Amino acid sequence: MGLCMTAAIRLKLENIVKEYPGCRANDGIDLTVGAGEIHALLGENGAGKSTLMKVIYGVIQPDQGRIVWNGHEVQVDNPAQARRMGIGMVFQHFSLFETLTVAENIALSLPPDEARNRNQLNQRIREVSERYGMALDPRRYVSTLSVGERQRVEIVRCLIQETTLLILDEPTSVLTPQEVSALFATLRKLSKEGCSILFISHKLEEVRSLCHTATVLRQGRVSGDCQPAEISATDIARLMVGDDTPISTQVTAAKPGATLVEIRGLGWKSKDPFGTSLSNVNLDLHKGEIVGIAGVAGNGQDELLKALSGEIRSGTGTISLEGLNIASLFPDQRRKLGVAIVPEERLGRGAVPDMSLADNALLTASGQGLVSRGLIRSGRVRAFSREVIRRFGVRCTGENNTAGSLSGGNLQKYIIGREALQNPRLLVASHPTWGVDVGSAVAIHESLVRLRDEGASILLISEDLDELYRLCNRLGALCDGRLSPLAPTSELHIEQLGQWMAGEFESGEVAHAVA
Amino acid sequence: MLLLERRPVASSLMRWASPLLALILTIITGFVLFLVMGKDPVEGLKFFFITPVSDLSGLSELGLKMAPLLLCAAGLTVCYRARIWNIGAEGHFLMGALGASVMAVQLSASSGFWVLPLVLLTGVLAGMLWAAIAAGLKTHLHCNEILTTIMLNYIALNLLLFTVHGPLKDPFGFGFPQSVMFADSTLLPALIPGTRLHLGLAFGLLAAVAVWVLFARSFIGFQLNVVGQDHRAAAFAGFSVRRLTWFAFLVGGATAGLAGASEVTGPIGQLVPQVSPGYGYTAIIVVFLGRMDALGIVAASALLALTFIGGEMLQIAMHMPKAVTGLFQGLLLFYLLTCDAFIHYRIRRKKTALQPLSAAVTTAPQEA
Repeated sequence: MGLCMTAAIRLKLENIVKEYPGCRANDGIDLTVGAGEIHALLGENGAGKSTLMKVIYGVIQPDQGRIVWNGHEVQVDNPAQARRMGIGMVFQHFSLFETLTVAENIALSLPPDEARNRNQLNQRIREVSERYGMALDPRRYVSTLSVGERQRVEIVRCLIQETTLLILDEPTSVLTPQEVSALFATLRKLSKEGCSILFISHKLEEVRSLCHTATVLRQGRVSGDCQPAEISATDIARLMVGDDTPISTQVTAAKPGATLVEIRGLGWKSKDPFGTSLSNVNLDLHKGEIVGIAGVAGNGQDELLKALSGEIRSGTGTISLEGLNIASLFPDQRRKLGVAIVPEERLGRGAVPDMSLADNALLTASGQGLVSRGLIRSGRVRAFSREVIRRFGVRCTGENNTAGSLSGGNLQKYIIGREALQNPRLLVASHPTWGVDVGSAVAIHESLVRLRDEGASILLISEDLDELYRLCNRLGALCDGRLSPLAPTSELHIEQLGQWMAGEFESGEVAHAVA
Repeated sequence: MLLLERRPVASSLMRWASPLLALILTIITGFVLFLVMGKDPVEGLKFFFITPVSDLSGLSELGLKMAPLLLCAAGLTVCYRARIWNIGAEGHFLMGALGASVMAVQLSASSGFWVLPLVLLTGVLAGMLWAAIAAGLKTHLHCNEILTTIMLNYIALNLLLFTVHGPLKDPFGFGFPQSVMFADSTLLPALIPGTRLHLGLAFGLLAAVAVWVLFARSFIGFQLNVVGQDHRAAAFAGFSVRRLTWFAFLVGGATAGLAGASEVTGPIGQLVPQVSPGYGYTAIIVVFLGRMDALGIVAASALLALTFIGGEMLQIAMHMPKAVTGLFQGLLLFYLLTCDAFIHYRIRRKKTALQPLSAAVTTAPQEA
């Protein structure tokens, strides 16, 4: 078996097939990663990237195909075996215990004899983290770390185990622009030392600046291999989405009108010790504008949305809608006043998976004459639902489809359409294009802009900075439940926004950070 | 090797085939059981399922047993749609019987059209009161309703026993723990003259219609469905989970209370300790067997009423023990829950051909 003519090839996948009930997630995928190569795996949500990673890391077994590791065909039975072989993986959602220290978390994934000697382990953690420019104190509790620091713990945990292939699943989605640069420096250094890196992303510019080669997946197959630095982002995007989908939308300038919403001193105390509290949020929204809130996940975005929707009513401060304080009103009362919400979780909050699209219209649009004297006017509900489907190009066979049977992008178009057709005065949308295919994302952006031009105020909460810069006329950032000042998008440099995302926006705080 | 695999979408065929399949499996098991006990299985099944409904008096007895089951099941359907697992229909039923009896005894000297409605209303209110305790414990103290309602059932039973042994005991009843016979003005009229079938069945059927309207047409029914399927979606939409929980409990208490009141003012005509042979518990089976659907619970309550009568029939005709009723009911629920697994899952034969091949390929882990 040991033919070593392919010494420079670390990992070779041949014809990997993985089938789930009702879908072929991987359909004959070939992939080759050389030693020390930074290889990007690109593709839209549902293209099969995560499945392929799980195959390599031994989380699932492929139905067909060969995995060749350093020239030997192997079967990876489980992640523990993958780690012994030298494969490390950092998942998008970290697997760390908040109540344990950095060293304890790392010790958990080591063989018992290595984990026992804590002093030696602390020493190794320091060495590895300093060598790759990711300073970490092994004694700190994970709950006190920022998201970027937690990611370092995950990476150090891999490196300490002599990893020769590091898999990173969407590593930059939780980082500020500054943290992204630091991560890239680390990865380049690792690559020079011979560690191969498999970098999963859908952010094309990042891939172009970091990766040597790229494999693009579409619908479970390889749609192309390329050297990302050599070709344009548009060409890569074409490989990802195919020929017949528009890739981006042209956004016209906003013409903001009078003030619609004034938020003053909004605060809310989280009961969960690891939850995020809101403190002293001040924000004005004008008619006919889109205001963007950037921020790393878990910094109070969901809490802000809930405070605006009425799911949180126990906070302090005022939210006034044209002079009327709505801070203590219930969600349905606020909706009657023209507040529409598009939550981050499409299934299970924005829509009930097992209910039909028509019933899901009724979920928030009951005030549109769909209910009379406590009885549902099902003809009107169906008509409303069909109108949403037609006007917003939702791909489905009809209003009787269950919400759970739609793809993420189509369901999101339906939810946005449901809110937009109620002529809201204020629309708050959280991560509206997260995990959505490019075609649907364009349609969603267009409908937000259309709503803006009809005079609505839109608050867009997103982690996607490209999206925020493209759509919004003013931008700010949330960090640890505090809102930065807002600045016109055209005058706000991305470096500045990055500092805001890291919480550096109060004069005292900045001075402290410098000192 | 067989694998249990999740279906991409729930099977709607299986949703309705499952109760039938459960019934068939119950009958097969019953057949084997009769054989093992040395009884003629064909004869036994005939006595259990067919003899009771072969004439008008048998059918009217079936309707008589159906009435309390259907009423209790209608209320429980409202609870279970919202995933509120109220096991307390038995307790609501007993309290309804007790409340109605207290009022009937008080009004034994009165006559007038208002007497019977007042007696029934007292039963309804008593059932609602009992349900309200569990509702309050759930919405204000987050107590698990399964535990509280079961415990309240025992309290209700002991309250009823205390009453028939004490305050309501018939002074001329030769020491038997039972109340006086109720006056005619407090008794439910017969539905079919000459039989024991009374107005209670009409109440049950009306309740089933009300459940249908509630879930097919009304916004409250829709809200209950949303609460049952997704708490967070309900909060997002602004539905008050607390108010809906109270609504479901109170409806459950009211219908079961009415069932209890109808039982004492109907076939029994007085309060006795054995007022319920477990109607409130059997109603749980009715709701699941009837797929939480109005028409479904009507059919299921008829079937389970049959198990009560069929069980009595077997006791008399074949000298079988009384437990046979509970056994058949338990078998039915057991098979139903088993078959229900196939609504969301299916069995697939695992391709065994791949197994030895990949096992052979597995080599020792490679060190880099």
